[in-house]
Amino acid sequence: MIQVVSTPRWRAREYRREQIFQLVGALIVLFALTTLVVLLTKILLDGFMRLNPEFFANFPSRRAEQAGIKAALVGSAYLLLLTAAIAIPIGVGAALYLEEFARRNWFTRMVEINITNLAGVPSVIYGLLGLQVFVRTLMMDRSLLAGACTMALLALPVIITASREGLRTVPKSLRDGSLALGATQWQTVRYTVLPVAMPSILTGVILSLSRVVGETAPLLVIGAVVYIGTLPDSLFSSFTVLPVQIYSWTTRPQHAFQENAAAGIIVLLALLLTMNALAIYLRNRYQKRLPI
Amino acid sequence: MRPRYGWIALSCAAILSFAACAKQATEGESTTTSKPTLSGTIRVDGSSTVLPISEAIAEDFQKQNPQVQVTVGKSGTGGGFKKFANGEIDITGASRPIREEEDALCKKNGVEYIEIPIAYDAMAVVVNPQNTWCDSLTVAELKKIWEPAAQGKIKNWSQVRSGFPNEPLTLFGAGTDSGTFDYFTAAIVGEEKASRGDYTASEDDDILVQGVSRTKGALGYFGLAYYENNQDKLKLVAIDNGSGPVKPSRETVLDGTYQPLARPLFLYVNVKALDRPEVTEFIKFALANAGKLSDEVGYIGLPEQVYELVSHRVEKRIKGSAFGAHGSQVGVKLEDLYKIEEASEKGAQ
Repeated sequence: MIQVVSTPRWRAREYRREQIFQLVGALIVLFALTTLVVLLTKILLDGFMRLNPEFFANFPSRRAEQAGIKAALVGSAYLLLLTAAIAIPIGVGAALYLEEFARRNWFTRMVEINITNLAGVPSVIYGLLGLQVFVRTLMMDRSLLAGACTMALLALPVIITASREGLRTVPKSLRDGSLALGATQWQTVRYTVLPVAMPSILTGVILSLSRVVGETAPLLVIGAVVYIGTLPDSLFSSFTVLPVQIYSWTTRPQHAFQENAAAGIIVLLALLLTMNALAIYLRNRYQKRLPI
Repeated sequence: MRPRYGWIALSCAAILSFAACAKQATEGESTTTSKPTLSGTIRVDGSSTVLPISEAIAEDFQKQNPQVQVTVGKSGTGGGFKKFANGEIDITGASRPIREEEDALCKKNGVEYIEIPIAYDAMAVVVNPQNTWCDSLTVAELKKIWEPAAQGKIKNWSQVRSGFPNEPLTLFGAGTDSGTFDYFTAAIVGEEKASRGDYTASEDDDILVQGVSRTKGALGYFGLAYYENNQDKLKLVAIDNGSGPVKPSRETVLDGTYQPLARPLFLYVNVKALDRPEVTEFIKFALANAGKLSDEVGYIGLPEQVYELVSHRVEKRIKGSAFGAHGSQVGVKLEDLYKIEEASEKGAQ
């Protein structure tokens, strides 16, 4: 039973307990932050010297000082755009259907449960799926397109879940108002629901895409290469991405390659931070414009 | 309020630009049929050990032939052979000769191949620099340390050889998925993948280097290139294979005295792919430059005569493995390679 009567002794004991809890909490935060700071400092010290224009303009090389991330950076950018082009329409569309149009029955419930479960599947499994379905069965080969399709699968559960959360925050009164004025269901979704839900949808999309940028395992499985001396020129080109390039450098015996890997990590971190910052910025910007 | 669909526009723009690119590329392929400049794509994959060499060859070949696209993947020796047998790649790197089941898979899929030895890789056995007692170990002593029966029993240097001090023995070695692990166990224990399990295993050789350099009673093994890049932190152990202790070096690997921890590395090329001029040129380029490039990336180039012998082998399209497709083989010397080369050439004539 919780003690209702508050005696001075009881209060002093509870106060001490709270202080201990706060101390433990602060220590945990300190530990986590210190680890992060140490890691980041080491990466920055190791890699900062390598961050010069040539590092961005050169293809991989056996000579560490001449090796660059041009192919990897461009590959990552293409992969990101292509993944977004595939995953956003499908993901947002699926969320709209499930939330706004579909009847609640055993089928939609099953779809929902499966989507939630898919969000927890390890990424390498998506890689194996992509290898069999896109690379082999659909004969896309080890191409940019196969990579983007696989990454789109990986991003979809998060996009769908986040979009549905966003759609659910739209008050029912808005929908009712729109329908009462004679708008069709589609017009209601298009002009009333989507604009209001947009900040949450955008946040979900960007966060899932930043996960895509950082993934290594599924791309290694479907066959992203580690050396390529040309930029991808079509959907069916071979490609490499930043995390794969970094991974490849870390396994080299020469220390100069470790510095390259550190510099690559800095670029990847900067890219991820930019994307997350963009997500926060867009959310805040659109939230201010809400009519409610 | 007006909804904003900038992101939709962005995705559409991305799709359109990609489609445009794809179209351009296919148009480009159909027009470049002129003979003198090479074009096309060469797909290389395979062992992570061979990767630095294939990457170096690809890099220089790419510079000379900007119209050709060379890609190098890293699927491991086994993974590389799988793709190779499926006809998905033109060339695969291997840190051991092809195995019977891999050879069978190639035959089943109608993939014929030519085996090309490209360089030597040596493994170094190292101890901590503060280790004053151990300058060399015999193969039998290494086996005593690493065999599965040693697990939980051989835990002190004094158990390895009488006269060694009472110092705890801490072991560092290759991760079980690596070709290095396969070869070390085959060479030392006598059975591929047979090893004790109670040691620090890592695919990341830097972790092993750090471990050995920080523990007085440590013993570890990894590729010679890692020792050469960390000489100040490690002490090299000579290996005694019955004819006196030998340290790994270019000379001892080439004259066959550093045994059994030296192995040849290979490229396997698909015969059908070799009919394409760009692949033929790539292989010629590889054989002409492999010696120099191998030394540059930390391996040991084969003597020129071997590259010449192999060039003949490629010209005459002598298919199959000189090793009879038996996988890792210990103690392969250059002399044996010569003999096998000659024998297989005679056999083909």
